[in-house]
Amino acid sequence: MKKTIITVVGKDTVGIIAKVCTYLANNKVNILDISQTIVQGYFNMMMIVDAGQSPKAVGELAQDLNVLGEEIGVGIRCQNEEIFEKMHRI
Amino acid sequence: MINIGEVNETNQMIEQEKLDVRTITMGISLLDCCDGSLKELNRKIYDKITRLAERLVPVGQEIEREYGVPIVNKRISVTPIALVGGAACRCPEDFVSIAKTLDEAAKTVGVNFLGGYSALVSKGMTEADRNLIQSIPEALAATDRVCSSVNVGSTKTGLDMDAIRMMGEIIRETAQATAEHGSLGCAKLVVFCNAPDDNPFMAGAFHGVTEGDAVIHVGVSGPGAVKHALERVRGKNFEILCETVKRTAFKVTRVGQLVAQEASARLGVPFGIVDLSLAPTPAVGDSVAEILEEMGLESVGAPGTTAALALLNDQVKKGGVMASSYVGGLSGAFIPVSEDQGMIDAVNRGALTLEKLEAMTCVCSVGLDMIAVPGDTPAAAISGLIADEAAIGMVNQKTTAVRIIPVAGKKLGEVVEFGGLLGYAPIMPVNSFSCQDFVNRGGRIPAPIHSFKN
Repeated sequence: MKKTIITVVGKDTVGIIAKVCTYLANNKVNILDISQTIVQGYFNMMMIVDAGQSPKAVGELAQDLNVLGEEIGVGIRCQNEEIFEKMHRI
Repeated sequence: MINIGEVNETNQMIEQEKLDVRTITMGISLLDCCDGSLKELNRKIYDKITRLAERLVPVGQEIEREYGVPIVNKRISVTPIALVGGAACRCPEDFVSIAKTLDEAAKTVGVNFLGGYSALVSKGMTEADRNLIQSIPEALAATDRVCSSVNVGSTKTGLDMDAIRMMGEIIRETAQATAEHGSLGCAKLVVFCNAPDDNPFMAGAFHGVTEGDAVIHVGVSGPGAVKHALERVRGKNFEILCETVKRTAFKVTRVGQLVAQEASARLGVPFGIVDLSLAPTPAVGDSVAEILEEMGLESVGAPGTTAALALLNDQVKKGGVMASSYVGGLSGAFIPVSEDQGMIDAVNRGALTLEKLEAMTCVCSVGLDMIAVPGDTPAAAISGLIADEAAIGMVNQKTTAVRIIPVAGKKLGEVVEFGGLLGYAPIMPVNSFSCQDFVNRGGRIPAPIHSFKN
């Protein structure tokens, strides 16, 4: 299973997680793990998801989430997990 | 499992410290395109490049989106054209027609540069080599995306001083031929000693004859990431400094290795090498000079600069080699002037001279790079600079190169603007004493002895 990492960074507001999760559910993306913190009023969330069942490719999900992030006023990135694995694990 | 801190670190390197993959370069052999008919040769070249590289740009963009890491350039390198065109080209104009074909092919597949309009003349010149070299000014003026390089020497063969003399003149002519664009042609022309066969970086990329039919090379970057890492160890000793550079270079290179493997798999073209170079851009915070200044120099060019650069270059390689299965190309820190805001500032404040840059090239890749000099610099002086740089490469068994721009109509104190990744450059002074009689001697400088090292 190829995992995908979604990160959301920005000013905290009501409904960020709800909106992101709704989008993921609608696109058949399964959430495996969520960690979230608030640092100095800034919302910082990381999700590990499985996009294997999604009809959309990771690149397409990334573009959609980027647009969604602009609507909510936060930065959303959706990246293949491998880039983090390669960089931080030998 | 990956934690939020690691994810944030990677994304900060990408977003704020300008970590990117500088280029995916597809090397394409054109040896099987050789033909006695120029028309047929041009057709075969166009067909092969557009067939093999058809998906290069879309695949690059796809990887960029999926991994969230910018891949700044998608490029192509081809077999040195002097070898490919030898049977069909009778005069320099014939070679220019190939340059135009390459330009057209580059535009069709959407790459921003195509390298390999090249001749390898480290020991001597064939008629085809001579014709190609003579065609360079017109070829670079008549095309937008074609890059040219000439290898004039090597540690094994010595220096071809006839070619070096010729290149001084060709660089002047190229500057004149592209005078209305700030002599931009010279920014696409590199003179090498010990040119590597698998360099993915422009303008000096070509697909060497030791390579396979097609191959994917990747050039990484990341001066900003190294600089930010060093900010966190300010004032610490050299052991910690070196360790920090090494760790950062490892992370940067792993991204390059991943992108190279993905690109290779998706394009069905074998993976060649990752080039471990720190390649600056004119953007603020993407500068090799700033790394050296972060180490403790008031300005790049100050005493200690060469040592700082030697350390940087070595640690980048030590960190990078472990991160990639195959390393090649130029691999080291680039010190172009016009493409690095810190270098430009150092020249403007009078801290950095041509002579200091030459000393710096002894310990790093690649050479005197993107340096603008007065338009009336004599051809012999340019040949002299090339000979000096090539001698450093020949004796030290390393790649060196000269990409110098005698900007037509510009004098000391003026500035030339190239735009984009090529940046802008203050015109730098060249020592005005003559080397005419030395350059005019003709012949070759023999290969150096490899014992009695002193």
